[in-house]
Amino acid sequence: MKAIKKLWMLVLLMPAMAIANTGVHLDKAPSNLNDKASLQRGAQFFAANCLACHSASYMRYNRLMDIGMSEAEIKAILPEGSKMGSTMQAVMASADAKAAFGVAPPDLSVTARARGTDWVYTYLRSFYTDPTRPSGVNNLVFPGVGMPNIMAGYQGEQVLEVEKHGGAAGHEVQVLKLVSPGAMTPAQFDATVGDLVNFLDFMSEPAKMVRYKLGYIVLGFLFLLLILSYALKKEFWKDVH
Amino acid sequence: MKLLKNFLEWIDYRFPATETWKLHLSEYYAPKNFNFWYFFGGLAMLVLGIQIVSGIFLTMSYKPDALFAFASVEFIMRDVQWGWLLRYIHSTGASMFFLVVYLHMFRGMMYGSYRKPRELLWIIGVVIYLALMAEAFMGYLLPWGQMSFWGAQVIVNLFSSVPFVGNDLSILIRGDYVISDATLNRFFALHVAAIPLVLVGIVFVHLVALHAVGSNNPDGIEIKKNKDANGIPLDGIPFFPYMVVKDVVASVAFLIVFCAIVFFAPDMGGYFLEANNFIPANPMQTPAHIAPVWYFTPYYAILRAVPPMFGSQFPGVIAMGVGAVAVVFLPWLDRGAVKSIRYRGPIFKFFLAAFVVSFLGLGYLGMMPVTPTYTLISQVLSVVYFAFFILMPWYSKIDKCKPEPDRVTFK
Repeated sequence: MKAIKKLWMLVLLMPAMAIANTGVHLDKAPSNLNDKASLQRGAQFFAANCLACHSASYMRYNRLMDIGMSEAEIKAILPEGSKMGSTMQAVMASADAKAAFGVAPPDLSVTARARGTDWVYTYLRSFYTDPTRPSGVNNLVFPGVGMPNIMAGYQGEQVLEVEKHGGAAGHEVQVLKLVSPGAMTPAQFDATVGDLVNFLDFMSEPAKMVRYKLGYIVLGFLFLLLILSYALKKEFWKDVH
Repeated sequence: MKLLKNFLEWIDYRFPATETWKLHLSEYYAPKNFNFWYFFGGLAMLVLGIQIVSGIFLTMSYKPDALFAFASVEFIMRDVQWGWLLRYIHSTGASMFFLVVYLHMFRGMMYGSYRKPRELLWIIGVVIYLALMAEAFMGYLLPWGQMSFWGAQVIVNLFSSVPFVGNDLSILIRGDYVISDATLNRFFALHVAAIPLVLVGIVFVHLVALHAVGSNNPDGIEIKKNKDANGIPLDGIPFFPYMVVKDVVASVAFLIVFCAIVFFAPDMGGYFLEANNFIPANPMQTPAHIAPVWYFTPYYAILRAVPPMFGSQFPGVIAMGVGAVAVVFLPWLDRGAVKSIRYRGPIFKFFLAAFVVSFLGLGYLGMMPVTPTYTLISQVLSVVYFAFFILMPWYSKIDKCKPEPDRVTFK
């Protein structure tokens, strides 16, 4: 019986086990949905850079109020013809983008959820120069990617080098080297991408913080109810011998 | 009070209200020694209720159309008042339904609840389980994500391996040559109308059958053998209020777990909601790794463990199908002198433990990509899984059982 109980414990714990990885080492994204300043910086960066080609067609502009942006701040980033309640559409038409890049840029509404924040964070920082590609760049996390490195101006230019670790018998490791600096220092750039990924995470599920807050209240109520219902059960079961 | 009494009399003259209440609640006697494992039947009914109510509200905003389905789910998640809550309740409910049903079935296996006179009750239960699998499978297509699409593709393709009629059969199921808008529409119809009707109906029949034969209990002995002068089982207590107040405690405890998942981990690390399903269905792009949701993976592992024979996947499909319904034969496979594991000998306990290990192991392997080692382990575990059933007439008979008590063990 003990063994069986242990096995059932195992099945209850199984969801906690890690999910299959993609093979490339992913850096941990510095996500914090409570950091409204970071989310707002991410939203600004997203509107200024990403929305040129990508849409976020399930995300409404007025939802940015959830991260503390004022109506005036939102109106400042609204594209022409869009209203507060409009969804985020790409400036470039999808067909034009497909002609330019070979693939239609994906909608980014739920990308952080589908790919994971660590993947997006690492992906955006892993472009390197590759003359064999039409765009001139490739990506360590997403080989053969169609997206050009629009971050190059901020990050600078990276190249792929192979380093040998652990002497002559050691293994080879692919590393990205910054060869010419961009407008930002590496630390600034990482922080900027971190803010962007934080925003993408928020956008993938805007109700997440509401969900957490409400969760504590619901669980608190249920614990009270548990105590009361247990007392009721005990009272009734006094008669059972 | 007088008014209420008169009203009740008026009703009772026309409808057996008081009679039904007595027959099924206040004078339905359940064994007083129910333990932890006896909560899951009631909890399964609770989840059924949760699924029906949350499902009705989701249906009000969901669009069963290949062009709009994915977007309508995101619409529910963002723009519908409390839509995210409804959706997470429903998605968590699906997994929790299987969890409580598996525990409920395992309870029956431990205490021999399938044995005479409860064979029919058990068979009805297995039918509920099969209907539940169909319900879950069809519901999973509705969000129209990559996993919805390709999961359905893999499963429906299994039907095409049936000799002679397979191809026509799979086209009949899909309503098309591929998973498409037509498939989505018919799965929606089956998921929200046909199968729920069947489920509610057979759950009712399950309860009627239960109340006719009475509940088994952890000692596996019949409480109806010892009755007092009034014909009331000595070890039975009225379902209302005693079992009801007990089930309320269990329900609240269950809801704490349920809500903890809904509010803090609705994805359950990718086991309840898969990350790939947040990418819209794309018939042109096959995901690198397709795995069904966790509750189907034991049978999926059996399917993959059986190598193709005569150039056909059909033997694996048969093994998977038999694996899923194998429990229905338990009443006739078990030749044990006693019902409950409490009085069984070591051999039965060993085989039951091996069965649990094989089921969990297969469940884990069914989620993993195929490797030669994993396939070998799956094959070994599949043999263990089927050995539990095939060898049961033998090992349950030779097992040295302890004598059963006359009365139930209580406190």
